[in-house]
Amino acid sequence: MDSKRREVLKTGGGVLALAAVAGILKPGEGLAQEWNKAAFDTKSVADTVKALGGSGSTPSGAIEITAPDIAENGAVVPIAVESKLPRTQAIAILIEKNPNTLSAEFEIPAGTDPFVSTRVKMAETSNVYALVTADGKYFHAVKEIKVTIGGCGG
Amino acid sequence: MADPMRIRANMTGDKVEVKVLMAHEMETGLRKDAKGNLVPPHFIRNVTVTHGGKTVLSAQWGTSISKNPFMHFRFKGGKPGEKVTISWIDNKGDKRTDEATIAGGS
Repeated sequence: MDSKRREVLKTGGGVLALAAVAGILKPGEGLAQEWNKAAFDTKSVADTVKALGGSGSTPSGAIEITAPDIAENGAVVPIAVESKLPRTQAIAILIEKNPNTLSAEFEIPAGTDPFVSTRVKMAETSNVYALVTADGKYFHAVKEIKVTIGGCGG
Repeated sequence: MADPMRIRANMTGDKVEVKVLMAHEMETGLRKDAKGNLVPPHFIRNVTVTHGGKTVLSAQWGTSISKNPFMHFRFKGGKPGEKVTISWIDNKGDKRTDEATIAGGS
């Protein structure tokens, strides 16, 4: 009885060790990036800016949000952001009234246009913020998008 | 393994215009199935685009990116015939890498 118990323990340990090895190996495959969980968990624009490393942001006319005024289907809302600020390093899309504010953050290396376009889900009519990091400072533009059918019910 | 991405990379002037369509559920974790159980979140968290060994765009995504995500951007320094490589990894560790050849253009 006792020996059987030991056997079980051994096997269990072995499986755990394997899982640990697999866990360690995964990040080594070159596609392991950090995912800023704190920033994606935030519930307000101000908190998101803080979680992304800024203390606040300044409104800027040099950021352009291209999106519909009224989105018929909140599950697919096309949003494009273009920054004319020199040395734009990152563009983030924030949706104020979604369950989690931050939708996406794009890092823009030198040589890539400070422009990005994607599609997002919106739970309800909300202000959408484009938060741009340029030369270490934070700037934003806002646009309200009206949603007729919410996108979070799937 | 998820379905391949649909990637289009075209020269427009001196820039490479990249459009990507990925096949992914992008489940928010807030939706309920027919039985009323919450469907666990399943979404792409990181996307990386490289060209000639250099990262030209990297993104972190939350659950509010639409199902079958679309992404469009432009970068300088590419030439027709060269490759653009795009990789994503989701919250369950599933991943996919696809590449496309830059097409000429005007």
